[in-house]
Amino acid sequence: MANFSLKVNGKTEQIDVDPATPMLWVLRDHLKLVGTKFGCGIAQCGACTVHLGDNAVRSCQLPVSAVGEQTITTIEGLSENGDHPVQKAWIEEDVYQCGYCQAGQIMNASAFLKRNPNPSDVEIEDAMNGNICRCGTYTRIKKAIKNAANTSNA
Amino acid sequence: MTLIKTTYNRRSFIKSSALAGGGMVIGFSWLASCNPTPEQVNNMPKEWFDINGFLKIGDNGMVTIMSPNPEIGQNVKTSMPMIVAEELDTDWDNVIVEQAPLNTDIFQRQLAGGSQSIRAGWQGLRMAGATARHMLIAAAAEAWQVPASEITTAAGIISHKASNKSAGYGEMASSAATMAVPEEVTLKDIKDFVIIGTDRRNVDGPNIVTGKSLFGIDIQEEGMLIAMIVHPPAFGFSYKSMDTESVKSMAGIKDVFPIDVYPEGMEKQWSDGGSIAKMVAIVGESTWQCMMAKKALNVEWEKTSTLESTSGHDEALTKLLNTSAKEAARKDGDVAKAFKSASQIIERTFSAPFLAHNTMEPMNFYADVTAERAILNGPIQTPEFLEKSLASRLDMPVEKIDIKMTRMGGGFGRRLYGTFGVEAAVISQKMQAPIKLVYSREDDMTQGTYRPTYKVKYKAGLDKDGNLIAWHVKGAGSNDDLIFENRFPAGAVDNYLAEKFILDTNVTTGAWRAPRSNFVAGAEQAFIDEVAEAAGKDPIEFRLELFDRVIKSPVGDPENNDYDPKRYAGVLKLVKEKSGWDGNQKNGAARGVSAYYCHNSYVAQVLDLAKDTNPPKVDKVWCAVDCGIIINPMAAKNQIEGGIIDGIGHATYSQMTFEDGKPQQSNFDTYRLIRHKEAPKEIESYFVDNGIDPTGLGEPSLPPVIGALSNALYRATGQRHYNQPFITEKPLIG
Repeated sequence: MANFSLKVNGKTEQIDVDPATPMLWVLRDHLKLVGTKFGCGIAQCGACTVHLGDNAVRSCQLPVSAVGEQTITTIEGLSENGDHPVQKAWIEEDVYQCGYCQAGQIMNASAFLKRNPNPSDVEIEDAMNGNICRCGTYTRIKKAIKNAANTSNA
Repeated sequence: MTLIKTTYNRRSFIKSSALAGGGMVIGFSWLASCNPTPEQVNNMPKEWFDINGFLKIGDNGMVTIMSPNPEIGQNVKTSMPMIVAEELDTDWDNVIVEQAPLNTDIFQRQLAGGSQSIRAGWQGLRMAGATARHMLIAAAAEAWQVPASEITTAAGIISHKASNKSAGYGEMASSAATMAVPEEVTLKDIKDFVIIGTDRRNVDGPNIVTGKSLFGIDIQEEGMLIAMIVHPPAFGFSYKSMDTESVKSMAGIKDVFPIDVYPEGMEKQWSDGGSIAKMVAIVGESTWQCMMAKKALNVEWEKTSTLESTSGHDEALTKLLNTSAKEAARKDGDVAKAFKSASQIIERTFSAPFLAHNTMEPMNFYADVTAERAILNGPIQTPEFLEKSLASRLDMPVEKIDIKMTRMGGGFGRRLYGTFGVEAAVISQKMQAPIKLVYSREDDMTQGTYRPTYKVKYKAGLDKDGNLIAWHVKGAGSNDDLIFENRFPAGAVDNYLAEKFILDTNVTTGAWRAPRSNFVAGAEQAFIDEVAEAAGKDPIEFRLELFDRVIKSPVGDPENNDYDPKRYAGVLKLVKEKSGWDGNQKNGAARGVSAYYCHNSYVAQVLDLAKDTNPPKVDKVWCAVDCGIIINPMAAKNQIEGGIIDGIGHATYSQMTFEDGKPQQSNFDTYRLIRHKEAPKEIESYFVDNGIDPTGLGEPSLPPVIGALSNALYRATGQRHYNQPFITEKPLIG
C-alpha cells in the first residue's frame, strides 16, 4: 500500500492503495466516481475511458502509480452542468440504449474533437473504433459527434 | 373512444402504493438538469397524492409515473410511462419517471423478454392513466357540483366550459385520491393521442451523459464488501477442493470459501437455467484486491461429465440432420413425391456457432441478507422468478425478500437467468454483511447460458415454371429445436415438411436476443434468395407471390399459421418502395433483401453493400416495420438500428468455440464484436401506420438483417455464405 495524491476533476484526492491498482478501480471503489465503467479490464472495449491531461486513456490499464502530477478528468468532471457540446449532442440525438458504454464513448469523443474539431466520417470511425457499443448505437454516435463538432465550431 | 371495464387487475388501481415518496426520483425535463436551481427545487410538490399504484400527483400538478418493467436498453422506462401519461392526459414535461421495484400486488409481468413489455402492458398502462383521469374528473364534478360528463381535460388541466371553471390536476389531486375507482373507464381514440406517436427523449439521458449511478455495478452502500466468484474452467468440471491459506492473508481479503449455490432439493425456477451448483467466492474490501486474490487462488476441479468440443457439436448436429424425426413438426402434402416431379431441386445446409450475450455491464448483484430479511438490488430481467428462487434457497417467505431493479447495461436475454442474484444472496448470508458481487469479463463470457449452436438443412423443389412446389426443412440445435414449423413459408407450399431435433449438451444455453429466429431467419431468407434465383425470379416478387398464395388459397388451416400474410407482404412492399428496389444491383451497390416475422412484429429490409471499398462496407439499410401503433418513434428507430447492427455484427464476426469443455474465447481480444468502422453508414426506418395495438421492437429487426447481408454479400462477391460467422481469413465487410 502507498499514499497517492491525485488531481481528479479539479480536486485533489488522497488515497492509500496498492500502487498497481488501476485508476478504474481507484475511481470506482475508492473515490466513488462510478461513471467510469468496467467493461473488459484489458483495454479492448473503451468503457473505462477517462482523460489523462488532454488524452483519452483506458483507466483499466493505468496504474495509479503512473499518474503522478497529471490531471484526470472523468465523465463526472467533463462539464459542470452536463452541458459539454458532446453531452448535449448525445441528448439531442438520443444516442443511448442501455447507456453503459456511453461515458467511455463520450470521453473518447470529447478528447478526439479537441484534437480534431472538423473530423471526416472516416476519421470519426478510426478514432472511435476502440469503443464497443453492444447495443449498436454506432450510427447515432457518429451523428452526435458531427453535431457536437458543428455546435462547437459555430 | 372505447369504454372498457377496469376488471384488469383492479387492485393495481385501488391499492395505495407503498412506493409513495420512496425511491429515487429520476428527473425529467427541467428536473433532469444536474444541479437544479433553487427555483426548480421549490417547484417540487410539497405533497404527493397516490392515485393508484402506477402514479401519484403532486399538489402543483407534477405527476410521478412508475415504470413497472426492467429497463435493459429497450427504452420501456420512457415508453411505458408515456402510455400512462397519454390516458391521464397530462403534460409530459411535468412527468417524473421512477423505476418500480418488484411488486406483484400492483404490477403484472415485471419481466423484460420476448419484446413483450409494450404488447402485454398496453391495456393495463392505458387503464392506469384513464382511471386516474376519471377520478380527477369525479373530484372536480363534486367540487363544482356539475355533471362529470360535461368536464373535459387537456394537458393536466380540468375544465367545465358551461360554468367557465378550470383547475390543474394538482388542485384536485387530494380529493381525487379519495374517489371511488370507476367500474369502467373511457380510453382515448387513437387519433386524439398527443404523447403516443411523438418523439420523446430517454428519461435517463441526462443521467447517462453525466455518469450518475444508474447501474447495478454502480451500487455503493455503507459497510458493503465486494465479492467475486471462481467457477469451473470448463463445462464438465465441478468443484473439488482448494488451498485458501495464501490467499486469505492477501491485502483486503476478508474470506474465501466454496458456495453451494444450488444445493440438492432446492426448488429451481426456469430462470435458474445455466446455474452452476457449486463454485468459489472471494470477498474483500475492493474489486482490485478480489481480482488479485482470484489470480493467486488454486482451485482443484474434477471431471464430472463429458468434455465437449466444437468439432463434436458440429458432427453431432450433422448426424441428427441425416436422420428422420420420429414425428414431423408439420406436414402438408407429400414432399417426397413432389421432389420426384420437380424440375429443379436446391438443397443447402446452414450453421451458426454458440454466442455469448456479452452485455457491456458484466453480471453483478447487490445483496444484504440477514436472518430476518433479504434486500437485493441489481440488473435482472426476471425479478419475480429471482424472488421465488431466493425464497427456496434462503428458506424465507417472499414477503421478507425485497427486490429492486437497476437500469441494466444490456440484457439480450442474459439477465433472464438470475443465477448471479442467488450467488450474491448466498455470499451475503455467509458473510453476514452486505456485498456486491461483480463478475469479471472472463467470468461473464465463460460462464455459459449461450445462444445455442444450430444447423439447418433446407430442400426446395421448383416446377418447370419456377413455382415452389416442395419445401423440406430440418433443424437442430444444442438444447433447442430451432424450427418454427408454422412460420412462413408454411401455408404457401403444397408439399411442406418440417422436422426438428435437439442435441443434448452440457454447455449451458439460454434465450439470446430473438431466440431461434436470430439464426433461422437469416438461413431461411438466404435460402429463399437462392431458390428465387434458380426460379429466375426477382427475390421480392418471388416472396410476394408466395404471400399472395397464402392470402388467396392457403395450404392447410390458415389458423395454424403464425403470421398474417397481408402484414408480411405489406412490409416487403413498403421496403421495396422506400429503397427504390429495381433488382439486386443499384448504383454500383450490391443489394440484398430479407423479410421476417417474429415477436409479433413484421420486418423487411434491403441492405446495400458499397462495392467500391475493399472489403465492401454496409452502406445503407432500409427497414420497413409493422409493429402496430408506435409509442415513441425516436426510440423505436433506435431499437431497429441497434438490432440491425447487432445482427450484422454477430453473423459476421462472433463465435464461442470449445476444446475439451473449455471456452476458447474469454474476452474481447478473442471474441469479436462489431465496431464503429464496420457499422452501416446509414439506416432508414419506416413504419406501417395501421392503428393496430402495439407489439414489441427489442428483437424483430435483428433476425432478418442476417439474410439481407448474406444476399448482398453474394451479389458483391459471387459467393454464398452458409456458415456463421461469415468472416474468413479475409475480412468480408468493414
